[in-house]
Amino acid sequence: MKTRPPWGRKLLNLSVCLWAGISASLGLVALFWIITTVVIKGFRAFDFHFFTALPTPPGVPGGGVANAILGTAVLTALATLAAVPIGMLAGIFLGEFGQDAKIADFSRFAANVLMGMPSIIIGVFAYGLLVVPMGSFSGYAGAFALAVIMLPVVSRTTEDMVRLVPNTLRESALALGAPRWRVTLGIVFRAAKSGLLTGVLLAVARVSGETAPLLFIALNSPYWLTSLAKPTPNLTVTIFDYAMSPYADWQQKAWGASLLITLGILAVTVMTRWTLREKKS
Amino acid sequence: MPMVQKLPETGLISDEQPPFSEVLLTDLGLHAKLSTRHLNFYYGEHQALFDNNLDIAEHQVTAIIGPSGCGKSTHIRVYNRIYELYRDQRAEGVVLLDGRNILDPGYDVMELRRRVGMIFQKPTPFPMSVFDNVAYGLKLHYKLSRSEIADRVELALKKAALWDEIKDFLRRPGTSLSGGQQQRLCIARTIVVEPELLLMDEPCSAIDPIGTAKIEELINELKASYTIVIVTHNMQQAARVSDFTAFFFEGRIIEFGTTRQIFTTPRNKKTEAYITGRFG
Repeated sequence: MKTRPPWGRKLLNLSVCLWAGISASLGLVALFWIITTVVIKGFRAFDFHFFTALPTPPGVPGGGVANAILGTAVLTALATLAAVPIGMLAGIFLGEFGQDAKIADFSRFAANVLMGMPSIIIGVFAYGLLVVPMGSFSGYAGAFALAVIMLPVVSRTTEDMVRLVPNTLRESALALGAPRWRVTLGIVFRAAKSGLLTGVLLAVARVSGETAPLLFIALNSPYWLTSLAKPTPNLTVTIFDYAMSPYADWQQKAWGASLLITLGILAVTVMTRWTLREKKS
Repeated sequence: MPMVQKLPETGLISDEQPPFSEVLLTDLGLHAKLSTRHLNFYYGEHQALFDNNLDIAEHQVTAIIGPSGCGKSTHIRVYNRIYELYRDQRAEGVVLLDGRNILDPGYDVMELRRRVGMIFQKPTPFPMSVFDNVAYGLKLHYKLSRSEIADRVELALKKAALWDEIKDFLRRPGTSLSGGQQQRLCIARTIVVEPELLLMDEPCSAIDPIGTAKIEELINELKASYTIVIVTHNMQQAARVSDFTAFFFEGRIIEFGTTRQIFTTPRNKKTEAYITGRFG
């Protein structure tokens, strides 16, 4: 057998390393570029009024996006409340009980499709299902669309985390005479606690930046949130509206709102890392 | 698909002679706590146990030995019906616990598992404190006050020879103990619900020699209150701790006898070959 000279192998090794390194740094550069731009431009918009006041017409100083901050928080919380219990129960079914049932395969496949579905299509769905019959853009419909987006994320992570729990743990609890549901809730859930929390946080991070479905469902509003049955103020559509406007002060506020969402998602992501790290120690 | 035999409640087909294990126990004046009759076991289409007939003497230690994959663990996993967690596993035949067939679908599995405790190969502390680990089974089966629970937990930990080592760390997570301590915690967790039969599935295979010695010592003490079945691939261990030994090979019980007889004068060629280390 002919052996290749070592320098050829070393050169190949070096070039592969180099390309991998360059690609990795390209990704990092893009990320840092976005973050620094958002921070620099957005930070200028931050003042007391930005967080506490209602929007003002262009050119009128002192306006803020307080209503949109509150609106986004309410929409996300509502969506989380709806999606987390359903998603977790679905995940338990997939991971614990229906491992080889046909319906489990089907729902797993459906969850994967739903997860990859462009959010605007879920928006159209919510529009047809809720906005048209109710006759108004509404926060309920917006929260519903966000919940549909969260659902597969929560159910898949729940399933994955529940499956990571070794069977020997289930067996030892069952061997003590525990009924199956108590094993799932008392032992499996406890063992997978931080993973489950991570799933929820990831889902929250995923929807808190959603714009597409809210554009024509929750719409937006320059007033305080009074009823979820009416157009509901929110940050992402505010960014869209303000960034598209020709007014410099509105554009500035769009940067500010962008920074706020970025910080929020960053905080949630750091929290997930933190909960996972806690588990390892 | 093999034909399903409908056995009478005694597990013996009419005017069939009782198996050797029953005869031996009767000769020695011992009571069989548990008896299997014509026990077959399947993983899907694959048959893992063939016509197992075995009697477990009350307040004695019975060791089950044999090469890997011979069905030792599978056999004792029938005793508490833990195999039912997996949909494709199936047992046929009769397993009598104090004369009642536990494979009868009407038999209360929760109560069966309280009476028949199991210790696994790897220690599996629950993700909670040492105290809560032991209290878990108590809360499942009994309505007790806080102080009664505390008393019973303490007693179980003492019986498991763990109390002195960990009495100051009861609030620490169970996973923070050493491997040997974790296994004794699992023993305490199992005996706290006052089982009658203790199944041990290679309880020392993941434990260091010092931990192993402590657990073997413990088995000797527990024998007074419980009937113990221990699966082991360590023949010295079987010889040290057990009164009776069953040798399994390819899903069949090849030989059963007192541990002394099996290890000194085995009747079967395969048993002899295995205990002298020629295969397995």
